[in-house]
Amino acid sequence: MTEDRADGHTLVPGRASGAAVVLEEPLSFWGGFDPVTGAVVDPSHPQAGAVLTDRVLIMPSGRGSSSSSSVVAEAIRRGTGPRAILLRHPDPILAVGAMVAAELYGRSCPVVVLGAGEYGALGEGEVEVEVEAGPDRAVIRTRR
Amino acid sequence: MRIVLGLARAMGADRLLDVRSAHVDGCLYHGQVSLDFAERLVTGGARVAIPTTLNVGALDLLHPELYRGDREAGERGRRLMDAYVSLGCRPSWTCAPYQLPERPSFGEHVAWAESNAIVFANSVLGARTERYGDFIDVCAAITGRAPDAGLHRAENRRGQIVFRMSGVPERLLRDDVLFPVLGHLIGARTGTMVPVVQGLPLTTTEDQLKALGAGTASSGSVGLFHAVGVTPEAPTLEAALGGRGPDREIEVTTRDLVRVRDSLSTGTSSPLRAVSIGTPHASLAEFEQLIRLLGGSRVKAGVGFFVSTGRHILRQIEERGWLEVLAQAGVSVVTDTCTYVTPIIPPGRGAVMTNSAKWAHYAPANIGAQVLFASSAECVRSAVLGTIWRDPELWPDD
Repeated sequence: MTEDRADGHTLVPGRASGAAVVLEEPLSFWGGFDPVTGAVVDPSHPQAGAVLTDRVLIMPSGRGSSSSSSVVAEAIRRGTGPRAILLRHPDPILAVGAMVAAELYGRSCPVVVLGAGEYGALGEGEVEVEVEAGPDRAVIRTRR
Repeated sequence: MRIVLGLARAMGADRLLDVRSAHVDGCLYHGQVSLDFAERLVTGGARVAIPTTLNVGALDLLHPELYRGDREAGERGRRLMDAYVSLGCRPSWTCAPYQLPERPSFGEHVAWAESNAIVFANSVLGARTERYGDFIDVCAAITGRAPDAGLHRAENRRGQIVFRMSGVPERLLRDDVLFPVLGHLIGARTGTMVPVVQGLPLTTTEDQLKALGAGTASSGSVGLFHAVGVTPEAPTLEAALGGRGPDREIEVTTRDLVRVRDSLSTGTSSPLRAVSIGTPHASLAEFEQLIRLLGGSRVKAGVGFFVSTGRHILRQIEERGWLEVLAQAGVSVVTDTCTYVTPIIPPGRGAVMTNSAKWAHYAPANIGAQVLFASSAECVRSAVLGTIWRDPELWPDD
């Protein structure tokens, strides 16, 4: 087992850990993710059918509809959402969804942005990810 | 305010700025969280501090009989719409707030949600808004403040990726059908950059830019595009690029466009079930075009024909006597909502034809429809014939 550590920029603070799920292409949560089942439902997404529940979601960025904040928050409320979201590019729409879920329900889903090198190193093989996102900086530990 | 500040921190903004208006998208029901959030604000006595318009809700409040969904979900959708009105928002119920008379002026900071409205405000009006979404939209409306970051800042509005249209035939460049397809292509290829389109005719209309923007914002995350010689921040290519070279250049070909057009359809050989246009909400000019295309003929019995629009446009078509003409022709006008976010189109076998890339992109997953993307003329003629009709002259080299 090897362990790696990467630093990131916190969008939404919190702590979480889980198995990684890497989406190769950006996902629009609204219209692309079902908060009842926790699955990717966008038929044009290469990973349609992938389940995000209790995983650490790794994807380049969000996409499309500004309603995605609601869908992320609803998924966190229902417990069908990811435990943490790691992005290559900041996405305010996803971040607000996670912030509102924390405000309303006290449930945390940290959202972190990583640099190109750190992001690229994440997605290889079966990975367990631990996210510790403070007010500004985040530490990501991966075990494979 | 806590959420506005949280967002400012997330975006790396060191200050907030005043916004003059807000457009709120959170009034469409997406689950219990929608109501929990809005009703918490209402209970806390919150009121919006700036003029605030509302996006579509789950119901057509003027024509509630059109709703075919679950009764309880309908009730919750209505409760949410009521909550936002009691916060002081204007019941405009449209995804095209830029069609209202009091739209933002060039350089004005606003906080708009709804991806197509955001891209239109930034690109076509030259107003400045970041890509806001549910919750943050009403937080900005209540505080009148937004983070000084993203597309509010001049340095982030510079074009980076150039799409050249020189290889696309003139006839296609002038046809409405090009714009949603081109938008879909650009959105998918742009990533998080600001795209610049070079080579659109100077006569490109606001409705064509609306379709282009809506396409870019549904297939991608585009919040601002420039069209050289057409949009206000792009008098020249150099101005659009902020005096620097482009990061990337793409030559758009007719073949690329045909491929994207085909990818927008899921049901090309099925019988015709319905036609849905007006995504984003139809403008007065689009209604005028629809009446011209119908030319006095009637939609074939058994085929549904729906046009989504806002109340303010509905009033104008009513005054002109067009609503009566459309009713006679078998066309249903839907307000306050849209046919791909709520069940309105009668169930049945066959494809739904649309001239909207956004509708084509979202409807299969949202309402389970088979989609056939086509031009407005193809949609109308097919509806009249009762069977799918394609214009053989429309796409060169097809």
